[in-house]
Formats: sequence, structure tokens, C-alpha cells
Amino acid sequence: MTFLGMPPVGQGNLHGRPFPGEARKALANDQQRANLRKATGTIRGKRAAVVGELDDWEELRLAGAAIKDQVLYDLPALLEQFEAAFTAAGGVVHWARDAAEAGAIVTGLVQAAGARHVLKVKSMATQEIELNEVLEAAGITARETDLAELIVQLGHDQPSHILVPAIHRNRAEIREIFRREIPGVDPALSDRPADLAGAARTYLREQFLDATVAISGANFAVAETGTLCVVESEGNGRMCLTLPKTLISVVGIEKLLPTWQDLEVFLQLLPRSSTGERMNPYTSFWTGVTPGDGPSDVHVVLIDNGRTRVLADEIGRQALRCIRCSACLNVCPVYERVGGHAYGSVYPGPIGAILSPMLTGFGDHADVNTTLPYASSLCGACFEACPVRIDIPEVLVHLRAGAVDAKRGKKVPTAEQLAMKALGWVFSSPRRLEAAQKAGWAGSAPLGGERGKIGALPGPVIGGWTSARDAPTVPRESFRSWWKKSGRTRPGSPGVGPGEPGSRAALAGEVARPPSDPELTTGEPS
Amino acid sequence: MSSAKEEIFARLRAAVEEHPGRGAGEVPRSYRGAGGVGAADVDLEVLVERLEDYQATVRRTDAAGLAATIAAALAERGVRRLLVPAGLPPAWLSEVPATAGVEFVADSADLGPRDLDTADGVITSCAVAIVATGTIVLDAGPGQGRRALSLVPDYHLCVVTEDQVVDAVPAAVARLDPTTPQTWISGPSATSDIELNRVEGVHGPRTLEVIVVVGSGT
Repeated sequence: MTFLGMPPVGQGNLHGRPFPGEARKALANDQQRANLRKATGTIRGKRAAVVGELDDWEELRLAGAAIKDQVLYDLPALLEQFEAAFTAAGGVVHWARDAAEAGAIVTGLVQAAGARHVLKVKSMATQEIELNEVLEAAGITARETDLAELIVQLGHDQPSHILVPAIHRNRAEIREIFRREIPGVDPALSDRPADLAGAARTYLREQFLDATVAISGANFAVAETGTLCVVESEGNGRMCLTLPKTLISVVGIEKLLPTWQDLEVFLQLLPRSSTGERMNPYTSFWTGVTPGDGPSDVHVVLIDNGRTRVLADEIGRQALRCIRCSACLNVCPVYERVGGHAYGSVYPGPIGAILSPMLTGFGDHADVNTTLPYASSLCGACFEACPVRIDIPEVLVHLRAGAVDAKRGKKVPTAEQLAMKALGWVFSSPRRLEAAQKAGWAGSAPLGGERGKIGALPGPVIGGWTSARDAPTVPRESFRSWWKKSGRTRPGSPGVGPGEPGSRAALAGEVARPPSDPELTTGEPS
Repeated sequence: MSSAKEEIFARLRAAVEEHPGRGAGEVPRSYRGAGGVGAADVDLEVLVERLEDYQATVRRTDAAGLAATIAAALAERGVRRLLVPAGLPPAWLSEVPATAGVEFVADSADLGPRDLDTADGVITSCAVAIVATGTIVLDAGPGQGRRALSLVPDYHLCVVTEDQVVDAVPAAVARLDPTTPQTWISGPSATSDIELNRVEGVHGPRTLEVIVVVGSGT
């Protein structure tokens, strides 16, 4: 065995600006917050209803997680099997180490087909590798055909959700975008969703009928049979998968399933978790080329782009089970407030907070994605909603430890490290602790204001902490000194009086509630 | 320099060998009907309810009434040009009166997307229908034709016979041949992309009508 070191990081649309600043901006956008609250609330309700119809939901989750784990541990054999089956069925398999290589392969295939214009089915992988930009640089226009992706593309905007990329836009905003950008659209177009969908149907129909090349992703790739699968709602996917002569599918290497039978699990898990439907309107399967039915020139580009890097992380590799359903986004209290753009990557929300930094080689403190694992309150709702049981809180904590380790290597200690060192020295002696508590009250009381709360303070560490949280002032009297004064020896002794209500209340406020076990929580979080 | 495939495979092997982690266990298949074994009885009432829940129109008939039901559906819709896939039983269309003026367009390789777009409806059979999800599956078998046929026209009339109906997804997967091009259809084309309001009818047929044939003998 040759030791290769850490596999290379992924490139493409996986980086933005640091999360805290972007989150602050997003929180100031009242319209977006209202749109998100309504949308995520609706979809949570739909999901809960259809998941509740299946009394074997937990068994399906366990099977889904186990199947994906088998895939991750057996990828070389499964990829070989897929390539052989897809090739035998008349398709062509291409391999791309990273985003640039994938973009070059697809560009070459489009040029070989003689096309200057391609249609696209919504695909996370092609967004990740920034394929539209790569094609544009080669003089090829790429038209998104999913309604939400079309809204995003015409609005010169970025997607903000895995499933409903225009979730941050309301109907009035969408009407404005259509009136401005769609040539020949009725200027009296209403903002009724049915009319807006109708405008998109008319606009894209001609393009579907004339298309020569389409580009898709795939939700699943079956190793045993070489079959690809696309799950969708509108029929734009079917148009692209069926009408053009050339079809190019860009697929992450982790999308494999070992057998056709495994789809019996995932076709139950995905729609119910994703759109909250028993089944999505359209699911397409194709295996290479079928003469007389669909494209005659069929390609698949299998991409790594950082996935092997994630696989090399023993705790974090479970993120590669992800089937991109977006259930974790919809239940996340952080996502519901800040939306998808704040995460700076095509993969937002809880799954993005772990997947993006691992794909981009988390561990280098200079990477802006080091802030992402902190974009969570660790409430555990994401794990509970995940159809393939990715323990996102576990990976978040693991990555936070990695962030601290990354700083440890530095020659000059950070302010935070100095503060933690000083704290360790204080906590190691009861006398020092008592003295510090007294000094703490004296020091913090003047900052406390009327309600005894400390707001934003200057400074590198204190400033960072207090910019997002109010801290209570240190109580006048510590628990230790109150206990000594009350003369009791053990908690719960009969006759223990209320003591000094003020100090007890202050103390109770300081004690953090124990984190709830996500395994034990039930129902949708509020 | 090694090829992209070789390099990716070397990375994959090293990732797992150098960082073994927890490993992968056996797949527990204790969910209902795994492998299509032990499927439950089918309840056609529930199938109809689920089809209607996702805005398909449903008619029920028996083998003897099928041709008349098809004729009635086409008349109500006002179909003038109907696509007919190869292998559709001719008897199904035998009760469409000549006076109705419906043109039957037999599918052929000469029909391009723009030709298909001039039809205002298509009639197909199906391979499998799933009660639990209200899904019909087309696998390009007789009477179903190539995938574009049930896609481009705005109206899709689909005939489901009772022997094609299964209880849930595992039984459907078990019945189907993965190498056939398949389309699983659950209601008409729809989108929820605008404020998560479900809107029926974007690019696929905006009207899906299903005729459920009770009993056997079609």
C-alpha cells in the first residue's frame, strides 16, 4: 500500500465569505426571513404527515444508512461494476478528479456534439463544479429548466436551498424577474403561482423541442445494472432526459447503490423526506442507450472533487451517505433564520455545515469554511430528520475539535488560547476561583446595565462572544460562599431554606440545560 | 501520469485502508415487503384515493366496459389527435365513434418532438401501479411506447388493470426489469417552487387520467 497522504480538496462553488458576517446580513432581510419561515414551516408539516403514514420508517432509515455505508466501504468494486454495465449498455463513462477536469470533459462533449446551447436538469453536482460558468467561458449557454433554478438564473441570483433553490423569493419578486427577463412575456402577467408556472412552460417548451444536448445529475446510480435515476416534479427532467440526442450526466462517485433492489428503500425515503410527498410526480430510469427511446449519445461523468477527502475522515465520512433531500435544512432553527446564502456554498444548512468544510479540506484555519461547523445550536433536529441517519451533531462537534487543533499548531497563541490557559489556572485552585468570582462581580456589574445583562463588548475574544449573545453579569455572591453561609452539608437536606433568592435565581440562569439526546426526541421541533 | 480513474481509485482505497473507522455492517431489511416478499393484499379503493389526492382523474370500470369508458374519456376531453403506442390492444379504441372525428396517430420513428407536440393526447397501458404511493409505472412495454409519448402531449390517459397493481414500492421494484427505460408517474406534472404552493402542470402533461379496470380479462 502506498501512503498517499490526504486526498486533494474539492474546488468550485463551495466557498463564500465567513458565516457570522453573512448570517448577520441575512438576519436583517425581513422579507427573506418571512419567506423562509412560511416555506420551512409548510414543508415540515407535509413531511411529518407522510412519514407518519409508514410504520416501518425507522427500519427504512436503518436500511438506508447501512446500504450507503456498504457503498462507501466498497466504492472501487462498485464503480468498476457500474462502469462495465453502463458501457455494455452503450453509454460512455468519464472520470474527473476535480471540478476543473469535470468541466473540461463536459465542455469537450458539448463541443463534439456541435452545440452552442444546452439545457440543464437541476443538479447539485453541476452547481458544485460551476459548470454553467465553465460552459459560458467556452461560448456555450446553459439554460436551467427547473422552475426554481430558472428563477435563480434569470434573477442573476444564487440558489439558497437544495430542493427549492428560490425559496427566498416570493411570488411578487418572481413576477418582477419574469417580466424583466423573459422575452415576449405578457406584461400583465399576474403573480398567481399557476400563471407564473404557465409562463415558464411557454418559455421553455420551444427550447425543449429543439434541444440537441442536455446535462443532468443523477439521484442514484445502480452498480449492478448501470442504471441512472433522476427524481423530479415538473417534467423538465423528463424533457431533458428524453428529447435531445446527447445526454451528459454529472454524478458524484458516492451516488452509487449496489443493487436495483436497494431502490425499494431509497424511493421510499427520498420523496417523503424531500418534498413531503408519498412519491414525487416523475422518476426516470435509464440504462445506457435504448434504441428508439431517448438519447443515442449517452455519457456519465463520475466526479471525485473532494469526496475521497471526506471518505478519509473516519467520523465525517457518514456525510457521504447524503441523498440531498434537504430535510435537515427545513428542520434547522439556524437555516430557517439565515437562509442558504449565508453558508456560502451550494450545500447549505446542517449538511452543508459539515460537507462543505470537509470537501474544501477543513483543517486549514485560513479556510472560511472553518466557521461553518459553528453554525448550529447542536439541537439534533437534523439527525432526527435525516433519512440516512447522518449524525450531523456528532460530525459538527468533531469538526469543531479539528478547528481548535488547527490553531494549536500556530507559534503565536491566539487571544482565545491565552484566555483558556488563564481560565485553566484559575479553575485548578479553589482559592483562586473564589477570588476570581469576587473580582468578576466587581468587574462585570458596571457593564450590566439595568437588567444585569452585558451586551456587545470590544476585544478579540470577548467581542466575538458578546456580539451574538447577551451575558448575565457575574452574581454578587458565588454559590460556594452562599453554601458555606447556609451551613448545610449536602444537597436536599430537610430544612434547606430558599437562601437568598437573588443569588439562586442568578445561579439557575447560569446553569446550562443538558443537551437533549437527539435519539430520544420525537416530533417536529418548533 | 496515471489516469483520473486510477488516481481516484487509489485515493478511495487509501482512504478506507488508512482510516478504517467503524466499518459497514449488514443491511437490516426488516422494513415491510423487502424484495417484494410478503406483499400485502392490494386495496383498489386506496389506490384511487391516492391517485386523486395527487390530482389525477380516475374512472373505474371492468374489462367489458373498458372500450366505452375510454371513448367517454376522450370525448369529454375533446381529444382530436390521439397518439397510440405500438402494442396497444386495438379493441380498446373500438368504441370511439367515427363521428367523433378522433385521429389515431400510430407512433413511429419518424415522429419528432414537434410532431408529438401537435397531438393533444396520448393513451397508454402501464407496467405496474403502486397503491401506497398512487404511482403508475411505464417501462416501454406493449401499449406504452417510448418515454417521449407520455410526456409531450398535454393529456395522458392511462389504463391500469388489477393484475398490475401492487401494495407498495418494494413489490414494484421486484416486478420491474431495470434495463428498461422507466417513468414512474405520481399525478400530473407539478411544481412547488413558488412559496411551496403545489401547482399542477408545468412541462409534462397537465392532465393525468387513469382508468382502473377491476377484475381480469382485458
